[in-house]
Amino acid sequence: MNGKLLNRYLWPAVAVLALFGVFMFALARIGSGDLVVSDIPSPLIGKMAPAVDLPTIAGDEARFTSASMLGKPWLLNVWGTWCPACRDEHPALMEMAPVIGVPIVGLDWKDDAGDARNWLASLGNPYHAVAFDPVGRTAIDFGVYGAPETFLIGADGRVLAKFIGPLTMEAWETKLKPKLLAANGGQP
Amino acid sequence: MNTPVRSTATRWQPWSAVLLGAALLFASASSLAVDAEDTLTDPVLRTRYESINRELRCLVCQNQTIADSDADLAKDLRREVRGMLEAGKTDADIRNFMTDRYGDFVLYNPRSMVLWAAPAVLLLGGLVLVGRIVVRRSRSMATAAPDPDDSLANDEPANRPTDGKA
Repeated sequence: MNGKLLNRYLWPAVAVLALFGVFMFALARIGSGDLVVSDIPSPLIGKMAPAVDLPTIAGDEARFTSASMLGKPWLLNVWGTWCPACRDEHPALMEMAPVIGVPIVGLDWKDDAGDARNWLASLGNPYHAVAFDPVGRTAIDFGVYGAPETFLIGADGRVLAKFIGPLTMEAWETKLKPKLLAANGGQP
Repeated sequence: MNTPVRSTATRWQPWSAVLLGAALLFASASSLAVDAEDTLTDPVLRTRYESINRELRCLVCQNQTIADSDADLAKDLRREVRGMLEAGKTDADIRNFMTDRYGDFVLYNPRSMVLWAAPAVLLLGGLVLVGRIVVRRSRSMATAAPDPDDSLANDEPANRPTDGKA
C-alpha cells in the first residue's frame, strides 16, 4: 500500500469510524439515562440563586424567603397538584425528607393553595416550607420550564445543581449529593 | 414529428398539491396565540412585542416560538415581555433576561458567531476543494493529451487517463 492510497482511503475511513464512535457514545449515554436530550442545561449553575420572597400555601401572613435559608444547603422542589409526575415523585420526597439531612422547600407553581394543602394533608408533607407562586414569576427567575424540577442550593446561596423530572433517592445519591460534597470540599 | 401532448390536468396536479401544501404551511405559521390580558396598545411596542416573541423558544414545546404557543409558560413569558416593554427595556435587555434564566436555547437566533459562520465556511471549503480537484483533473488531462490546444477535440474516452493512475 503506497502513501497515496493511504491518503485516499485510510484517513476518510478513520474519520468515518471516529464519527461513528462519537454517535455510539452519545447513544449509549442516552440509553443509560445519563443524558436526556430534552433537558435544557440551566445557566444558573454556580451562580447565586434568584431571591425567593413569596407567601406560603398556608394562606396566612407567613412568607418564605430564600434569605432565611442562608448558611445551610437546601433543595427547592418545583411542583403543582396539576402535575402527574409530581404525584409519582411525592413518595420519594417522603422517603428522602427525614434521611438526607437537607431541608426540602416546595415551590407550588401555578396552582391553587387549597388544592396544595389538601394534597399534602392526604399524601403527607415532606416539605420544610412551601412557597406559593400562582403567577409563576419566581419560577421564571429559576428558568423552570416544567414540573417537577429540583434545585440544590448551597449554604452560600449558590445553585449547585438542577435535576429535571421526578427526583428519586437514587438520583439524589448519584446526581445531587456528589455536587453538595464537592461544594463542601468532601464534607457532608 | 409528433411531440406527445400531455393533458393539462396531469401536468398541473403535482404543482397544485405543492402550492396547497405551501399555503397550509403559511396558514399554520401565522396563527398567533392571543392573551386575554394583553393590553399593549402602543403600535411601536406592539411591533417589537411580536418580533421578540417570534425569537423566543417555548421551552415546553421546544419547536414553537412563544408567539405561536398556547402553553402556560409561553403565556407567562409573553406577559414578562409585555411588562418589560412597558417598563422601557430595550430588546437586548429582554433577550438577556431570557438567556440569564433559560440559557441560549431560548433564542431561536443563536448568538454564537461560530454557528452563523459555519455554513459560509463549509460552503467556501467545499468550493475550494472542488476547485482544486477540477484544476488537478484538467492539468493531468492536459499532460496526457498529445496536443494541449487540441485537448477538447481529442476528448474521447480512450484518451482520458483512468482515475487513480494520475
